[in-house]
Amino acid sequence: MNLAWPIVTAAFLASLVEAVEALTIVLAVVTIRGWRPAAIGLFAGLCALSGLVVLFGPALDQIPVHLLQFIIGVLLLLFGLRWLRKAILRAAGLIALHDEEAAFAAETSQLQGLVDRSEARLDRIASLTAFKAVLLEGLEVIFVVIALGTGKGMFASAAAGAIAACSLVLLLGLAIHRPLARVPENALKFIVGVLLSAFGVFWTGEALGIAWPGSDFAIIAFALVFFGAGCVAVVLARRPDQRASA
Amino acid sequence: MKGVLRELIGLFVDDGALALEICGIVALSALLATASPKTLLLAGTVLAMGCPVVLVLNTLSAARERRNVRKGGDPI
Repeated sequence: MNLAWPIVTAAFLASLVEAVEALTIVLAVVTIRGWRPAAIGLFAGLCALSGLVVLFGPALDQIPVHLLQFIIGVLLLLFGLRWLRKAILRAAGLIALHDEEAAFAAETSQLQGLVDRSEARLDRIASLTAFKAVLLEGLEVIFVVIALGTGKGMFASAAAGAIAACSLVLLLGLAIHRPLARVPENALKFIVGVLLSAFGVFWTGEALGIAWPGSDFAIIAFALVFFGAGCVAVVLARRPDQRASA
Repeated sequence: MKGVLRELIGLFVDDGALALEICGIVALSALLATASPKTLLLAGTVLAMGCPVVLVLNTLSAARERRNVRKGGDPI
């Protein structure tokens, strides 16, 4: 099987971030209510995601390729630039960095606060919490796989990247039983934002009939432009604060 | 269910202004691309350069707003 490594890398990094976020919430459920409700929520979430793929996956074949490329390209731009914007503001110190330890503590204390409920109801709430986390983060992974795989029929590459990331996070979670706080989440989001935005420009342009110079290599140029723009934005966004403190 | 839907929309639209600006760039590029084969290159340039420019301008505007809020001033 021939894999397109830029697609594998982009799908791997994006899925890694999402899987880490889902794992944090599932581990909080495990800590408070044990493995059973967490496993039920996780399993139900994975079943719901599989159901959505089975239900809507074949419908993608019915959409003309150019229209699908255009929709996916625009959605990738919205998704990627949103990630990049947030990563820039975080890198500039204007919004707090996403902290998995803090997210874990917040989720744990929220579940601990529900002490006045019956045991069965508590387990249901815990399962639902794990289910929602897996469903929402999983939907982002599915979107990334569809978006990266649709452009040139590279579903296998995108899926391989996503499966590798989710398996890695699951294994690490099982091994260490703690949120993966050492993952440099903001740096990853910055890079993934750059990659997804570059793919977004490329596929939106292709759908509009633009023949990019260098063909697929144009994606690398777009990624470099977005990376440069992101770095400039971080420096400019930080600057007034430094002047004030000088 | 409402929360899930809100989060789904939130996947793509966090800041309404940024989403509108991106759609504006795409619309302008589409207009140029369909107008004439001669303007295809211009359409590509608008798309490839417009998105990073919009990103930088929108982020700097958000940064200014956040600093104003921190100082206790008017966010706009």
